[in-house]
Amino acid sequence: MLSSRHIIDIRDLTTDDIMSILDTAESFKEVNERRIKKLPTLRGRTVINLFLEPSTRTRTSFEIAAKRLSADGVNFSASTSATVKGESLADTAATLSAMACDLVVVRHKYAGAPRILAKHMDAHIINGGDGMHEHPSQALLDLFTMRERAGRLEGLTVGIVGDIAHSRVAGSLVPALRAVGATPIIIAPPTLMPARPDVLGAEAVTSLDEVIGDLDVAYMLRIQMERAEGMPFPSVREYSRLFGMNETRLAKMRSSAFIMHPGPMNRGVEISAAVADSDRSVVLNQVNSGVAVRMAAMYLLLGGEGGGGAA
Amino acid sequence: MAVLLRGGRVVDPQVGLDEVADVIVRDGVIVEIGPDLTIPKGVTVECAEKVIVPGLVDVHTHLREPGFEYKEDVRSGTRAAAHGGYTAVCAMPNTRPVCDTGSTVRFLAERAESAGAVRVHVIGACTAGQKGTALAEIGDMVAEGAVAFSDDGHGVADAGMARLVMDYAKQFGTTVISHCEDLALVGKGVVNEGAVSTRLGLPGWPAAGEETMVARDIALAELTGCRVHLAHLSTGRSIELVREAKARGIAVTCEVTPHHLFLDEDVLDTGYDTNLKMNPPLRTAGDREALIVALLDGTIDAIATDHAPHASHEKALEFEIAPFGTTGLETALALVITHLVASERLEWKDLVRLMAQGPRAALGLPELRLEAGMPADITIIDPEARVEVTPALFESRSSNSAFLGSSLLGKASEVLVGGRFALRNGKVVD
Repeated sequence: MLSSRHIIDIRDLTTDDIMSILDTAESFKEVNERRIKKLPTLRGRTVINLFLEPSTRTRTSFEIAAKRLSADGVNFSASTSATVKGESLADTAATLSAMACDLVVVRHKYAGAPRILAKHMDAHIINGGDGMHEHPSQALLDLFTMRERAGRLEGLTVGIVGDIAHSRVAGSLVPALRAVGATPIIIAPPTLMPARPDVLGAEAVTSLDEVIGDLDVAYMLRIQMERAEGMPFPSVREYSRLFGMNETRLAKMRSSAFIMHPGPMNRGVEISAAVADSDRSVVLNQVNSGVAVRMAAMYLLLGGEGGGGAA
Repeated sequence: MAVLLRGGRVVDPQVGLDEVADVIVRDGVIVEIGPDLTIPKGVTVECAEKVIVPGLVDVHTHLREPGFEYKEDVRSGTRAAAHGGYTAVCAMPNTRPVCDTGSTVRFLAERAESAGAVRVHVIGACTAGQKGTALAEIGDMVAEGAVAFSDDGHGVADAGMARLVMDYAKQFGTTVISHCEDLALVGKGVVNEGAVSTRLGLPGWPAAGEETMVARDIALAELTGCRVHLAHLSTGRSIELVREAKARGIAVTCEVTPHHLFLDEDVLDTGYDTNLKMNPPLRTAGDREALIVALLDGTIDAIATDHAPHASHEKALEFEIAPFGTTGLETALALVITHLVASERLEWKDLVRLMAQGPRAALGLPELRLEAGMPADITIIDPEARVEVTPALFESRSSNSAFLGSSLLGKASEVLVGGRFALRNGKVVD
């Protein structure tokens, strides 16, 4: 059981909750390596994937997670939803509530949308990414991947590089790292920094090269041009030169250090193809861990109420 | 009809009055103020323990008619005003159609005449359609009774156009009301840019988005000599700019709202409550304190409600797409009494200055004093009455108040407009 009914903000979870999800995910990861990757844990429970913003990998990851736990999963995507006909999110929530679903995973272009659902529904809510706010399941799978690779979380120094201001990944990852005793550093030009980086809880620096030797992990964010109000830097070439991860920079890092990216990657912009494909990159491990971590999150929100064992 | 207001504390700093006295009103005007007055026949209102002040006026009200009657209309909005203790409101022009011609001003004036519970002063648009590209027919609107001009809801983005508006309006002696928002800086901002925008992942509305326009419009007021009133100021730096301008003798006045005075961005917490979404947004605790200091030192001329009713289904949307604004007519007086008068930071005479006299002076409305011969527009306040802010409180058609759940002190018990009761025993008179 978690201390919170929902996973909307990463701050909804205590450090014990986070560790509990990571530990539970370990056993689910083992299940995912079996030939028959299915458990009866959430049989008879209904999980709705309410994706009101385009997403493939996160939606698929949650969908697989639900199926592997034997939940009845239903996709409710933007193209089929009533929202395109003008229905409000509150009305959508009431409609889903009337269908007696147990858990809703929501992806939405506006911050705070999962809170509206939580207010209007009895179901558990998992935030699958809301606007520029948070993406807590991504942060959890990132922690899982870091722990798997480094063998620990406490004491790690993690540089998060790129569009911090518009990144819901950073919005969850920075407080998540602090909760488990790691040290986040956010690295970006001032035009891609949030108004108050201190509120996130990270040291903010504008030079990747200044701190690169101190990092155990370099977490490269995708440059999300579609989210920016205008060009927040002079050119992709200049951004890549100042903030991109390439072999030269990788060589300056500790030998144990590794590279992460939430995907999808802009190869040649924030990360060079050579680094992305090297054994110093754990990008595919992140994707792989995602299913197990999301299974754990669903299990602990729902199965913790009396379902079967974890594995 | 004669009305005797007996034994109230009569407060009007304009005539040096702050004493327990009786007031006689006959045929719509004040005929006598003094001790132990009697009338042979008529209505007597016992005012012991109550405060009698010149009628409050709100310089910044959105009545929503024409075009958005599902949110509010002249009848419901003026009933809300009477309920809140106001004898007059100034109606902003961002309706549909925009109030930008003589005929729309006349329409609203006629609606106010037939359906208004209190007086309505019409504010016309500065530019046609509030688009910021061509002058509205300001002269025609003046002829139909418009008292001031504003593109409220938007800033006039183009400085050249803003200058043209002021140059042109000046010939009629009217005030231009400036909504200080530089859209290029504000963009899609919905909350104060800073800690809260960072924490909630919402687009930030920086303080500089207001302050640069305050500075610009002060410069234009100086250049053109037009009287400029700066609406709903929200930051400490804006206030400093006004203070400096006033010291230099520039004809600039300003208003603040109760929500900027009594709430700051921290109330947003993580709830995404759209009733707390305002334009300009709730600022920092430091800004809030700077506004209160400026109320006391006279830099601020008026407390205005920016009464912005919205239907519940509109406010139930996601924070970023829900409309800006809170209702205010029915809570402003109680908020000022609760937070400033009861704690003795503000005296009753200051309340009169900020909610009755200052607003009139800012827009050049006729003076209103508690003395014989003046129109009997009078507000009687029970300072000990409690106001529970729930949706059931409101005469307004909308209940999107930022103060829902509050328990406040003090409310109007009677409102007289031209000698007629608009509010009696706390109830709106039909």
